[in-house]
Amino acid sequence: MLKIENLQASIDDKSILKGLNLEVKAGEVHAIMGPNGAGKSTLANIIAGKEDYEVTNGTIELNGEDINELSPEERAHNGVFLSFQYPIEIPGVSVTNFIKTAINETRKARGLEDMPAKDMLKMIREKSELLEIDRKFLSRSLNEGFSGGEKKRNEIFQMAMLEPKLAILDETDSGLDIDALRIVANGVNKLKSKDNAVIVITHYQRLLEYIIPDFVHVLYDGKIVKTGDASLALELEEKGYDWIKKELV
Amino acid sequence: MELKEKILSSYVAFENGININSDIHEIRTEALENFEKLGFPTKKLEAWKYTSLNTILKNDYSLFLNKDASVDLADVKKYFIHDIDSYKIVFIDGKYSSFLSATTHDAIDVCLMSVAFTKPKYKVVIENYFNKVAKQDNLTSLNTAFATEGAYIHIPRNVELEKPIQIINFTTGSEAATMVQPRNLIVVEENAHVQIIERHQSLTSNAVLSNVVTEVFADRYATVDYYKIQNDEENACLVDNTFIDQKSNSVVSMHTFSFGGNITRNNLNFYQNGEHIDSILKGITIIEGKQHVDHHTLVHHIEPNCESHQDYKGIFDERSTGVFNGKIIVNKEAQKTNAYQQNNNVLISDKATINAKPQLEIFANDVKCSHGCTIGQLDSDALFYMQQRGIPMKEGKALLMYAFANTVLESVKIPEVKSRITKLIANKLGVNIGFDL
Repeated sequence: MLKIENLQASIDDKSILKGLNLEVKAGEVHAIMGPNGAGKSTLANIIAGKEDYEVTNGTIELNGEDINELSPEERAHNGVFLSFQYPIEIPGVSVTNFIKTAINETRKARGLEDMPAKDMLKMIREKSELLEIDRKFLSRSLNEGFSGGEKKRNEIFQMAMLEPKLAILDETDSGLDIDALRIVANGVNKLKSKDNAVIVITHYQRLLEYIIPDFVHVLYDGKIVKTGDASLALELEEKGYDWIKKELV
Repeated sequence: MELKEKILSSYVAFENGININSDIHEIRTEALENFEKLGFPTKKLEAWKYTSLNTILKNDYSLFLNKDASVDLADVKKYFIHDIDSYKIVFIDGKYSSFLSATTHDAIDVCLMSVAFTKPKYKVVIENYFNKVAKQDNLTSLNTAFATEGAYIHIPRNVELEKPIQIINFTTGSEAATMVQPRNLIVVEENAHVQIIERHQSLTSNAVLSNVVTEVFADRYATVDYYKIQNDEENACLVDNTFIDQKSNSVVSMHTFSFGGNITRNNLNFYQNGEHIDSILKGITIIEGKQHVDHHTLVHHIEPNCESHQDYKGIFDERSTGVFNGKIIVNKEAQKTNAYQQNNNVLISDKATINAKPQLEIFANDVKCSHGCTIGQLDSDALFYMQQRGIPMKEGKALLMYAFANTVLESVKIPEVKSRITKLIANKLGVNIGFDL
């Protein structure tokens, strides 16, 4: 589904990704871990198409198609979803209206009619139940005055509504208490299928107790330096990153 | 002949039509002398540095329209907030239109200045309030000199008016260029409550210059919610001079929505003559083309323990220009004043301009005054967030601007006004509202 080869990228002439390779197949869950400043969020933003970064080398393919020239919205229309570490507040636009706009713009881009209101309501009902979201919450302005946990849960709600092919969760666990973490993880697990894939970016192993990854990658200094199964996350939790740094020397 | 000369020489003709043996007329003639001395404002005056009236003063305005113009309700209905029950004071080319109005003298007075000026029963109110808070500056004096017609509103003690009052001034453009000078007086007695919506609307593309003066008196514990909707034709200019006198424990809010017109100048002045007063000044400006909107606000904190809250947002596209000059004066006696001022602007085009100037003159030492002013482009992180959710850049920008302006609407107390303004904003910004807002 996603194939990244020798990706090199920089921001303001500062090199951040230095030859990164990653392949994610449909049905898989990948975790990307690593110390602060390794380039984890940069990778997420580059896949989603943020224009602040300059890709200087390498390719990103989604389902066999090079997406490097596509705008963020075109990537979204092709099924890429990024759950933001710091979701944006939009006063005056309710959660419901925002997600309706997002869904219908995506449908428009795919040559489909607007989703009938009845179907939309049904879907909102189902997905909000899945994520144990109070209905009142949906009529509030998007992310305005939301707690950190509410913002993250709202991100996963939007993901559930948009049904992406590739979901990237950028530190979705930060700011979540243990109950919210369980609900969010449960939601992600229920949305998982053989046709979609998930990349979980996290500092901690905690989330990976609920969302079991097929692969765990260690991102360090702009490259993936180690790949293993779920047990690697446990090892990192226990020993930190220093032993990997030493291995590299 | 220059406009000033034309105005001065027309005064004798003006006097033919009115009662010149009255106290009011003495006030008028004094004002005329004052205008003769001061003339029209020029860019040499600090207060007019960024707003030039030069081009519009070149028009050959008709000052007194003799023809009685009429308009069809169907053509102008859209300019009313028509989905609410309200009082209406409507003028066409400066003349009262009984056909479009709904006034009352039943316990309250929602009527006309021409009536208040001439009927004995209003004499005391006129003596006590007319021209008492208005500044004696150039354009206010000009208005005072010719003050004959406008809205007269008098709400007695303890009356909480349920229906809002709409004041609408239409100009038909029957002449190539029209100048009108409405004069409004609003007296709200102790513990009374009133909501007012004001609009100036040109009905043609001919030049219009409206020089309006409104005096508002809010007595103790009174509440006044005032909304000005400025969404005029591209050849219509408005100079709005509003003076508000507040007594202890009164709350007055003014929302100014400036979405169109050629040159719009708002001189909004609050004077806090008492304690525990709250003054709220809010504005949304969204303009494009060569439009110009200038907000000059003054809040004068005279006594202790009062608050003022200002929040002005502006979105400027193409070659439009904006001015925000927010002056706060805190007298030495006005301890424990809380004065807030916020002015945020977004320039969409490289050619748009905003001149923003907060002006704080604080003479008391135990006060909280804050002001913030920003001029910027749209937040690129927020835009990326929208795009990531599949919303194209153009729609995302519109939605962001909509959200940016929207915070000002939270304090609008009439739901129908709020929804009308919301729709106007959405239309102006090209937000595709395929949903209920």
